Amino acid sequence: MVEFALNHAWLVPLLPALAFVIIVFLTQRWKRLSSLVSITAMLGSFVIASIIAYGVFTNHEFIEKSLVYSLKWFGMEGFNINVGVMLDPTSSMMLFMVSLVASLIQIYSTGYMKGDPQYSLFFAYLSLFGASMLGLIISSNLLQLFVMWELVGLCSYLLIGFYTFKVSAREAAKKAFMTTRIGDFGMLLGILFLQIKFGTLDLVELAAAIPMFEQFGVSLGLLTLIALLFFMGPVAKSGQFPLHVWLPDAMEGPTPVSALIHAATMVVAGVYLIGRTLFLYVQVPGAMEVVAAIGAFTALFAAAIAITQREIKRILAYSTVSQLGYMMLALGVGSLSASMFHLWTHAFFKALMFLAAGSVLHALHNKADVWDMGGLIKKMPITGWTFVVGGLAIAGIPPFAGFWSKDEILVVTMEYAKHGHALGYVLFGMAAFTAFLTAFYMWRMIFLTFFGKEKAENHPHESPWSMTAPLIVLAVMASIGGLIGTPWANIWGEWINFGEVHHAEPALGLMLLSVILALAGIGLAYTLYCKDGEKKTARKLAENYQSLYQLSYNKFYIDEVYAWFTQKIVDGTARVTYYFDIYFVDGIVNGIAAVTRGSGKGLRYLQTGSMQTYALVFFLAILVITVVLAFGSPSLASIMGGVK
Amino acid sequence: MGTGLNPSYFIGLSAALFAIGMYGALSKRNIISVLISIELMLCAVNINLVAFNKFLTPDAFLGQIFAIFIITVAAAEVGLGLALIIAISRRRETNNLDDLNWLRW
Repeated sequence: MVEFALNHAWLVPLLPALAFVIIVFLTQRWKRLSSLVSITAMLGSFVIASIIAYGVFTNHEFIEKSLVYSLKWFGMEGFNINVGVMLDPTSSMMLFMVSLVASLIQIYSTGYMKGDPQYSLFFAYLSLFGASMLGLIISSNLLQLFVMWELVGLCSYLLIGFYTFKVSAREAAKKAFMTTRIGDFGMLLGILFLQIKFGTLDLVELAAAIPMFEQFGVSLGLLTLIALLFFMGPVAKSGQFPLHVWLPDAMEGPTPVSALIHAATMVVAGVYLIGRTLFLYVQVPGAMEVVAAIGAFTALFAAAIAITQREIKRILAYSTVSQLGYMMLALGVGSLSASMFHLWTHAFFKALMFLAAGSVLHALHNKADVWDMGGLIKKMPITGWTFVVGGLAIAGIPPFAGFWSKDEILVVTMEYAKHGHALGYVLFGMAAFTAFLTAFYMWRMIFLTFFGKEKAENHPHESPWSMTAPLIVLAVMASIGGLIGTPWANIWGEWINFGEVHHAEPALGLMLLSVILALAGIGLAYTLYCKDGEKKTARKLAENYQSLYQLSYNKFYIDEVYAWFTQKIVDGTARVTYYFDIYFVDGIVNGIAAVTRGSGKGLRYLQTGSMQTYALVFFLAILVITVVLAFGSPSLASIMGGVK
Repeated sequence: MGTGLNPSYFIGLSAALFAIGMYGALSKRNIISVLISIELMLCAVNINLVAFNKFLTPDAFLGQIFAIFIITVAAAEVGLGLALIIAISRRRETNNLDDLNWLRW
């Protein structure tokens, strides 16, 4: 059975894809049946993915050598593109995590989307989303991966704009699609470069070829360029600065979609892609530094925005951006292990918090401002306490999952710094400060939402079991999911890593530091937002530092800068090219047409319709020819086939 | 055949006939007249053919055979032409070529 699953891993993405087809073409009219088809398919994928994970994680050979099988897709002389499956510990872990989270989100959606007129379609999209992400994970070829990558983008567009009657949702969907398009453009260029220079897009062959890049006539500069172009895709997809702007807007979609985008699919695709192509990045230290710097900056930047936001989902969205920054930072300092570990734990606690936030919104009829909530934990105990678990996990309190992965990232950043990279200390400082901010903004939200005084106008109620059950499962994973990667028994690092297996001593000092930072953040949030019922200090702080507060609350005006840029620069250029087009390009085309039409108009008067005129012309012509043949110059006569 | 006839008589006759036919075909407005003029031109050609045959290759009958072919074709052409003329005069009630200009621009 394990053997079967390993050799048929393509079933994992295929099942949800089939569910999509079945729902769209057959069962769309029957809502319960549609959701049943979708959930069954996803659970089937989860079962197969679990068996695959079991098969991979019980066989040590997979660490050294991944299982690859492929079919020829298309090709020509000296150029072949395969589609295939590539299984190694990283992809197996991802398969397991994505199918689990996607299944839970689908179960949750049966409760959350109840009564929606497009219920069936929603499940169809969720299935396709899951299928594309799972297909991306097992891709053995960069072109295949790119196709799946675009499919993920398409599904995010469909789902973010799912409430088509809402203008903001439509706008957000467009924004997401177009922002990620910028990155995809760079990524495609990178892929083309790789194909041209190395003649293959197969991940295994590339991994073998790239370390010897000089033999392929590729300079270090060009390889750096390729790596940076390639990095544009993940920057856009994983919401890194400066292309993070679409991610917070993506919360316009239904909450389960936000959970899916932020936790399991879409955004982690970028991190996963860099992890998959880390063999390229380790060759170019310059590109690695860029990845690390962008990651660390994004982490800090997004956290600084999150501390003043008021909408519950927006805070979570910025925390996702921030956590993705951590993952990029880990990749940038060269640790696949730490990055994937954080991806793994983050998927659970972030899905948990989004779904719990959805539960809150469900109970409060879409009232989203955290300042209008309070004391919800009494009315909604399951939602509340699972959310608290998520909050502890993301803040980094041991033994919850987030602590171990965040600690791992801090450790690898510190080691990077100690290995002679001065930049590393800056990155470490940013990461550590972000940890403090994370604890602060997350617990600010929790205190405002679930604790403190109840608001009289709210009449919350606990959500149905279909929504709370996934929360409980995710809460369990968020609590214990990190225990497989503790420094004392680092099973994770043994399996998922790049290069040499690395055995770090447990860095107790760093652990202590991160716990202190987390506790300080939570403590500050408690004093400001829970102990003080009127929140006088918090309001006073906001007033005293009005400009800073506004800067953060308005997200550093990045959206405004982009709006200005598109309105003035892009539209201005567009106007110029528009006139160039209608006057110059169209002028040439229309001019040619006008000349043709005019000459036709003039020449048609030759067509008199009088037979006798034609006959006269014939006669005169023959007369001329005869005279020429008889008396004309010999050369002309010979051309005419002369008689001489 | 020492009759004293030399080719220039035949060529002159044929050229005169051809010119008269040409003039008629180009200048007459009546369709029937034009058709008759065309026949005249064909006759001129026939005379030419027979005469040249006589003077250049007296042993072969190439010119005569050609002339017979031309007479046959001319007969067919006249039949077709008259049929067209009848059809046109029935529809348009005219046999003036100047009115038959509906194929112009």
